[in-house]
Amino acid sequence: MGALLRDHLLTVLIFLPAVGAALVLLFPASQARAAKVFALAVSIANFGLSIPLWTRFDGAEPGFQFVENARWIPALGISYSLGVDGLSVLLVLLTTLLTPLSLLFSLSHVEKSVRAFSMAFLLLETGILGSLVARDLALFYVFWEVMLVPMYFIIGIWGGARRIYAAMKFFLFTMAGSLLMFLAILWLAARHRAVTGDWSFALEDLAGLPIASGTQSILFLAFALAFAIKVPVFPLHTWLPDAHTEAPTAGSIILAGVLLKLGVYGYLRFGLTLFPESAMRYAPYVGALGIIGIVYGAMVAFAQKDMKKLVAYSSVSHLGLVVMGIGAFTSTALSGAMLQMINHGLSTGALFLLVGVLYERRHTREMAAYGGVAGIVPVTTAFFLVATFSSIGLPGLNGFVGEFLTFLGTWDSPFRWWSVVAVSGIILSAVYMLTLVQRVFWNPLVHEENKALTDMRPSELIPAAVLVVLMVWIGVRPNDFLAKINPTLEALRRTTIERTLAGGARTPHPVAAAETNP
Amino acid sequence: MSLWWILALPFAGFLANILLGPRLGKRFVSVVATGTVAAATLIAFSRLIPFVSGTRETVIESIGSWISTDRLSVDLALRLDPLSALMLSFVTFVGFLIHVYSVGYMHHDETDAGYARYFAYLNLFLAAMLVLILGDNFLLMFVGWEGVGLCSYLLIGYYYDREYAAAAGRKAFVVNRIGDYGFLLGLFGIFTLFGGFSYDAVFSAAAADPGRYAPALGLVCLLLFVGAVGKSAQFPLYVWLPDAMAGPTPVSALIHAATMVTAGVYMVARCNVLFRLATDAMMVVAIIGGFTAIFAAVIALAQNDIKKVLAYSTVSQLGYMFLACGAGAFVAGMFHVTTHAFFKACLFLGSGSVIHAMGGEQDIRKMGGLKSKLAITYPTFLIATLALAGIPPLAGFFSKDAILAAAFAWHPEKAAWIAKLLWAAGLLTAGLTAFYMMRLVSLTFHGAFRGTHEQEHHVHESPRSMTVPLIVLAFLSIVAGFFGLPVVFGEHANWVEGFLSPILLPLAGLAAEPHHLSHAVEWALIALSVAVAAGGLWLGWTWYAKQGGAVPARIAARYPAAYALVAERFRVDELYDALIVRPFVALSRILWKVVDVLIIDGVLNAGAFLVELLGDLLRFLQTGNVRNYALGILLGLVALMFYVVSGF
Amino acid sequence: MSGPVPLLHVLILSVALFAIGLTGALLRRNAIHIFLSIELMMNAANLALIGYALSWGTPEGQIVVFFVIAIAAAEASVGLAIFVALFRHTKTIDVNQVNLLKW
Repeated sequence: MGALLRDHLLTVLIFLPAVGAALVLLFPASQARAAKVFALAVSIANFGLSIPLWTRFDGAEPGFQFVENARWIPALGISYSLGVDGLSVLLVLLTTLLTPLSLLFSLSHVEKSVRAFSMAFLLLETGILGSLVARDLALFYVFWEVMLVPMYFIIGIWGGARRIYAAMKFFLFTMAGSLLMFLAILWLAARHRAVTGDWSFALEDLAGLPIASGTQSILFLAFALAFAIKVPVFPLHTWLPDAHTEAPTAGSIILAGVLLKLGVYGYLRFGLTLFPESAMRYAPYVGALGIIGIVYGAMVAFAQKDMKKLVAYSSVSHLGLVVMGIGAFTSTALSGAMLQMINHGLSTGALFLLVGVLYERRHTREMAAYGGVAGIVPVTTAFFLVATFSSIGLPGLNGFVGEFLTFLGTWDSPFRWWSVVAVSGIILSAVYMLTLVQRVFWNPLVHEENKALTDMRPSELIPAAVLVVLMVWIGVRPNDFLAKINPTLEALRRTTIERTLAGGARTPHPVAAAETNP
Repeated sequence: MSLWWILALPFAGFLANILLGPRLGKRFVSVVATGTVAAATLIAFSRLIPFVSGTRETVIESIGSWISTDRLSVDLALRLDPLSALMLSFVTFVGFLIHVYSVGYMHHDETDAGYARYFAYLNLFLAAMLVLILGDNFLLMFVGWEGVGLCSYLLIGYYYDREYAAAAGRKAFVVNRIGDYGFLLGLFGIFTLFGGFSYDAVFSAAAADPGRYAPALGLVCLLLFVGAVGKSAQFPLYVWLPDAMAGPTPVSALIHAATMVTAGVYMVARCNVLFRLATDAMMVVAIIGGFTAIFAAVIALAQNDIKKVLAYSTVSQLGYMFLACGAGAFVAGMFHVTTHAFFKACLFLGSGSVIHAMGGEQDIRKMGGLKSKLAITYPTFLIATLALAGIPPLAGFFSKDAILAAAFAWHPEKAAWIAKLLWAAGLLTAGLTAFYMMRLVSLTFHGAFRGTHEQEHHVHESPRSMTVPLIVLAFLSIVAGFFGLPVVFGEHANWVEGFLSPILLPLAGLAAEPHHLSHAVEWALIALSVAVAAGGLWLGWTWYAKQGGAVPARIAARYPAAYALVAERFRVDELYDALIVRPFVALSRILWKVVDVLIIDGVLNAGAFLVELLGDLLRFLQTGNVRNYALGILLGLVALMFYVVSGF
Repeated sequence: MSGPVPLLHVLILSVALFAIGLTGALLRRNAIHIFLSIELMMNAANLALIGYALSWGTPEGQIVVFFVIAIAAAEASVGLAIFVALFRHTKTIDVNQVNLLKW
């Protein structure tokens, strides 16, 4: 057992939820609640098992750790190879944390097909964790698709009124992107066979392949499209508001908290590693789309009347910031963007959770149906305020550190004007979030039915409190987190720039150019 | 004890009050809130007294790194130097007084939860303000900067179930964020120029090599100043401050008069090295300050809400402070910050006492004759009024005189006439200030009572916890000025000048050029400003206390349009609403309904529609008749055979 | 008469049977008739297979025929079962009446 956990920790982390999902089937329909508790216990156990990833992870080491290698389909060169590095470690931990929190929240809120819900959630965790630690493109693709199916059902079965439409839209969008990526993966494997004579889907084998510049662009765009849809980057974002709005609260938390990050993660892990030249060439466009996302998402969020939709559009805005930081490609901006991914998971996760608290009581998401509830539900209000201030980047909480580093890094890059535009996000985010706070929690209490609202129960309070603790931790001691991610990011940045320059790209990224002639 | 305790204590008070306060009741909250602040004040003074009497060496206390990446390293470090010492002294002390006052003011009209919330926010505010003034780098200053903004937001919206209060809180935060936009970009500029955020590193580098940094600093200073314009409520971002009066009155005294709003002045004074290198930016600071001073003073002439008058007065006085900084008289600006903290806090607390006595009434037209009933509030209010008006030897006289003298002595290289114009504006503002304050005093305390019978019966002096702070602040309004005597009383008469001079780092290659005025001119200026102030007071007294407002009413009747314009605050809010808010709302709706729903989803739906259309056409092949399908198979087979045989 | 039947003759017979079966399958409306026609086509194919096997002297063609016969038996049972079910349901086995899948 000890050896299993030492040498195959990642495998255990990935498949424990899947095994748990299978065991959920053993519960009879009459024991639905026990099944819920069991699923929760499995996810908590998984979180406990993931703690060594925090304690034993060596932040100074830029490469993969907790590595596992096994042959899977040798004839096609597909291997079962896993590992975490600074890019993935925090996201893995975020996933193992948010899953039990979401299940805990659902304990008292999901009533329909409870066993199936628990199974879907555990399988989702398997898919997400697998995508995050896979070092083989075929393996990654498998997990990437595994992730899609439970989410489709979570939205489609346990969602709101327009859930079928939303689930369909989510599925079609994501699928459209991933199919192109799948073709590109196959092309790469075939290219590897053409060059070396062997099949391989391993990331490190495919990374150094000689590919003609034009072809590289096409492959890069295929990958980028898949990830851009997932993030989502303007103008591919319209699935997100629908999916978020219709998804059950727990689904929204996971969707916002982790699933969206997979897009950015995939871009960093695969886009940059496989196609450094193209990634550098297109970086300005990536950043520009990010900026549009920041401003556009914020403005559209302001126009919303539905709380959940507002928070969903705010995600578009926040992830626009992350994307901009990646486009700017300075070390500070990359650190900030990476940290901001975690921050967004915490703050937006918390916001969805708290909106869920209100929704489960009143069954409406319309802001107009609330107003003045601060006096009725003070604890919910307090948590909502903290999450709001985290979301709008108030110093002392997590959002500020990520935002500040991203802005500063972007300012420091050749794309200074991006920062000038993007910093307006701090005004816009205050506008839409405080409007939400005012309309829902403040103002006179006009709706009689709100007087009967009850405040948070323990199963809602605990997840919210855990998230708030993390917000404060990152805000006050960001170095604990930055130290884990920075070496990997810096190594990735160096390699990308070096390989771009070595490749003799016609139009190197200005950052790369600046690095060579300081 | 470490400087960190000074801000840790109020923060601990915040945590205790927000978490336990609602359950443990008002007594617990009062004790914790005032106790932590009192302890913080004591620690602050236990550090200040040795500092002032000693060598006044800058002390930096670091507790480690906050953010570090390979390009950026920011420490959690606090700094005690003359500038932060000055701020520390009055922030802690006035903060403490206002906590005491609040115990009386908030006691009987709130639930336990509301009471706990109020004091928790007030404690948090003090902690944030202390971070702002004690922080040793720009980033910590920004932490405090945003922290006080947060508390301001929460406290303005303290009466959250009143829509105007909730809206005012939001407005304050958003307008401040507009300023922060500039401030952040200014910080980025500093990072680009100096590679770090630590004060010592930035200022010594700039002072050592002005020629290298001066060209880029113009823009950086302007951006920083945008932040100050937001936080310190200067034109054109002052609009949030009058609305901020929706908060409880002690909050208006502490945050929106004495401490937070002066953060912008503190920041500019802190960055004096940078600003002195950017003469064009200095000119902008002075112009904005001078214009705001007179603009807000004019508005204050025609306001009838006691707190609104004081709010516009605050905006106007903050303008004074920026005028001083712009003219290079950072010490005079900071001196006015300090004296203003005392008398304006006293005025606001006094107005709170009046409102308290009147059962919540704020309209001065419905007051009058309160002089005899409020035996402590009235004299303290009067003293603070005279101090604000600039009557010697009260505190306001010395600080205001220092600013006017500095503005008069200021000879910018370009457009020296603007300097003189600003001086004239400052002088005129002094007269207007004296006038509207005397109008306020006359309408509130003199004449006949104009409220309801019920109110008249209810009027009473406030409890001790409220009157004692008034007395202390009134006393300080009298004596604080003697720390900054004008130069005519001797070369070293101005203690503040000597105390703060270390923060004015000498700039390499640029000789300090103090435009000392001759004693005769100084005396003349003093006489002039006293005359203007006295004139304003006399006019206010005659028109309102003695004649009952007949003359101003006639003037208002003769020029109704002009009067309405002033009374309606030049309709700036309405202008912003039409120019910014409504277009923004419209644009965001358009982006959503047109771009998102119509265009993007429209394109997608069009794609889906095409697929559906194709399916609609092709489905006619499905006749449902098995034999048709068999015929299809046959035809396919024939075609295939034809293909194979003919060898296409 | 001596010697095997010429391949050509077998194929002609096979084609003739196949054409008859095809025509029947396409033109008849009674399901049983269609079914019989299909059986005829299958046997035409069997005949061709045996003819080739005989002509080339290899066993594969005959082997395949056994498969076809076995499958045809299975198919016959399934098909007849479907017709019985269909008749019970609709009281007809006219295939033109059974077009539920029409667009």
